[in-house]
Amino acid sequence: MLNYIVRRILYAIPILLGVNLLTFALFFMVNTPDDMARIHLGVKHVTPEAIVGWKAEHGYDKPLFYNGAADGLETVSDTLFTEKSLKLFALDFGAADDGRDIAREIGQRMWPSLAIALPTFLVGLLAYISFALLLVFFRGTPLDTAGVILCVALMSISGLFYVIGGQFLMGKLWHWFPISGYQPGLDAWKFLLMPVLVSLVAGIGDSARFYRALFIEEIGKDYVRTARAKGLSELRVLFRHILGNAMIPILTGVVVVIPRLFMGSLIIESFFGIPGLGSYTIDAIQAQDFAIVRSMVFLGSLLYIVGLVLTDISYTVVDPRVRLE
Amino acid sequence: MIKPVLLWSDALILLLLALVATGLWLARRNETLRMPLRQVMASPMGASTGLLLAIYAVIGLLDSVHYVERLPEVPGKSAQYSGEVRSALDALLTPLRENVEKTYSAPFATHLYAKETITGPDDRETRDFPRLNRGGQHLADPETDFWPDVLKRGGLGVLAGMAVWLVVMRLETVGEKKRREKRPPWQRGKSNRAFLLTLLILCLVSGLLVALAPHYHILGSDKVGQDVLYLALKSVRTGLLIGSLTTLIMLPFALSMGIAAGYFGGRVDDVIQYLYTTLNSIPGVLLIAASVLVVQVQIEAHAALFDTAAARSDVRLLALCAILGLTGWTGLARLLRAETLKLRELEFVQAARAFGVGHGRILLRHLLPNVMHLVLITVVIDFSGLVLAEAVLSYVGVGVDPAMISFGNMINGARLELAREPVVWWQLAAAFVFMFVLVLAANLFADQVRDALDPKSKGRA
Repeated sequence: MLNYIVRRILYAIPILLGVNLLTFALFFMVNTPDDMARIHLGVKHVTPEAIVGWKAEHGYDKPLFYNGAADGLETVSDTLFTEKSLKLFALDFGAADDGRDIAREIGQRMWPSLAIALPTFLVGLLAYISFALLLVFFRGTPLDTAGVILCVALMSISGLFYVIGGQFLMGKLWHWFPISGYQPGLDAWKFLLMPVLVSLVAGIGDSARFYRALFIEEIGKDYVRTARAKGLSELRVLFRHILGNAMIPILTGVVVVIPRLFMGSLIIESFFGIPGLGSYTIDAIQAQDFAIVRSMVFLGSLLYIVGLVLTDISYTVVDPRVRLE
Repeated sequence: MIKPVLLWSDALILLLLALVATGLWLARRNETLRMPLRQVMASPMGASTGLLLAIYAVIGLLDSVHYVERLPEVPGKSAQYSGEVRSALDALLTPLRENVEKTYSAPFATHLYAKETITGPDDRETRDFPRLNRGGQHLADPETDFWPDVLKRGGLGVLAGMAVWLVVMRLETVGEKKRREKRPPWQRGKSNRAFLLTLLILCLVSGLLVALAPHYHILGSDKVGQDVLYLALKSVRTGLLIGSLTTLIMLPFALSMGIAAGYFGGRVDDVIQYLYTTLNSIPGVLLIAASVLVVQVQIEAHAALFDTAAARSDVRLLALCAILGLTGWTGLARLLRAETLKLRELEFVQAARAFGVGHGRILLRHLLPNVMHLVLITVVIDFSGLVLAEAVLSYVGVGVDPAMISFGNMINGARLELAREPVVWWQLAAAFVFMFVLVLAANLFADQVRDALDPKSKGRA
């Protein structure tokens, strides 16, 4: 087991290196530091001196991969690739364009993100699976058909509609919650409840339909017929046998996203004014702050790979047949 | 005088149409592909959503025939053309396009949304809601004339729509007589009834629109006074393009990578798996955002290459499709790899190999046709997701060009207006409803296609 995990982690290194190279190519080779300087200086102030000055100030005044001016190890280490890309492996994200330390920002902003993403994830998982089980229990009846049609209709609505509509109804018309904003500490709940509710409703169509399809696939299998033949009640068949066996496909989809919960949701956070990582990212995209975007890409990939490893480990927990060698 | 203009996206649409046409022509003789197609169109849901999608497609295609108008001749100069690129849809909707007000006006309004200082006939200045330039301008007294006028025009429109529907049904009956069909059209099975019902609704709605839209802003007008119905119709093309061109760009990658990985295995498989794990591990929105930012910078740096604003936003739209395609091939590739792994061990592939058939021929003649159903299913399922994604990406600021008319930009421009008093809801509502109908139709259609093509999904929803 330990052996397996170590090997998986080692396997993650080339993937992260690939991510690193890809983002490096996007941000430094297609789009040179000169382009970057030009955007940030604005049209009026672009002079060759200003560009050189901006690059020196933000540490972009080095060669890409090979520094001929330095000697020894420094020919490789004193380059943009090492400085800006390889350092990410040590979780050294550097400074944003406004000079603030990205790592510290991430440390502060992940908590509000988590405060929305974690309840949404947990309640959502429970609610969607229960709803899907309910539909499966009434399969073949008009109730099931109506439920499926409702799911398709719900998943055809743009996510933006849920956010805008929710804000309008719950915030403006009914005055249940403040429309947007955030407050640290215990008072945060009244700012968090609406985003969580909205994300729950927005996700129900897709997920409930997906889980229903999983359960329906299980229900046709022989072990279910055996269980029924033994005289077990339908509820027991559903919860003990079908849910248990459907756990593997459910876990595949679910465990991968757990580490990424830290990253928050771009849309939800920016609409509701939550100072989390999602709104941090969206602000960076809109301000064209490439240093932050690069850090978030790396962080996201890292968390995804952690999620993959966790998925493999979770299989051994729910399915005794799986052994990680 | 007009001169046709072929934008890059128009050219790709033509290519797409040609591909679909050849595909259908090839499928004509292939019973295994023709039967599912017939099955889709024979189901009530497939028939009515198919019709709805076809209407959207026609709107999108009309909007893809571009031209520029010739400016009035100046003596001693060669012919000059306007810098504004128009489409056939623009020409059809000329009354809507030219119905421009000063700012917001509610649906069917006769007066502007905001108060203005009006100088009356007796030179007295009052602050009141001024009459609109176009909406309801033919009414002498909006207070009393509004309802009779709307009812009269609307009634005529509904009657005209009904008449068109009856003519279509009559034509169908005539066509069917040759095939010795005696029953009237609405008694020929459920799918025919669903089709005719959808057609009836479409005829009635378009009758209403044609009768009323030139005289009123049916869906109101936006911040700069443009007719919202016009904007919504123009957005259709952008949505369809994102949904279809992305697939067109994604397919070659997904097909070649997926099948090659499954068929050759070994090193090739390792490299391709590494590629898609790497791409997959980057958060989707971020990768798209990063690429779009890069493209944006490049477009700004080479602004001189584009002679019209339309050409520039067109290139940006294409770049967006290309980015979505390049980042989106992994899902299908993985499916294809798994399917090919299974197929290559089957007897017919083994036999082909034993006969000494080359790799290329095995891939093209034996494997490709046998994974086509997966490709078709993925294409129709992805379509609706891409239409929805456009709106979100435009909100994030990495979508289509802000000057381009799209659902995302419509929503983006209006989302803060719900805070106004009275609420400006019509632009948002129009964008959401048009998008909802398109995506719902696409989703339901995709379900039918999947049921018809996927042997595993038969018999369940």
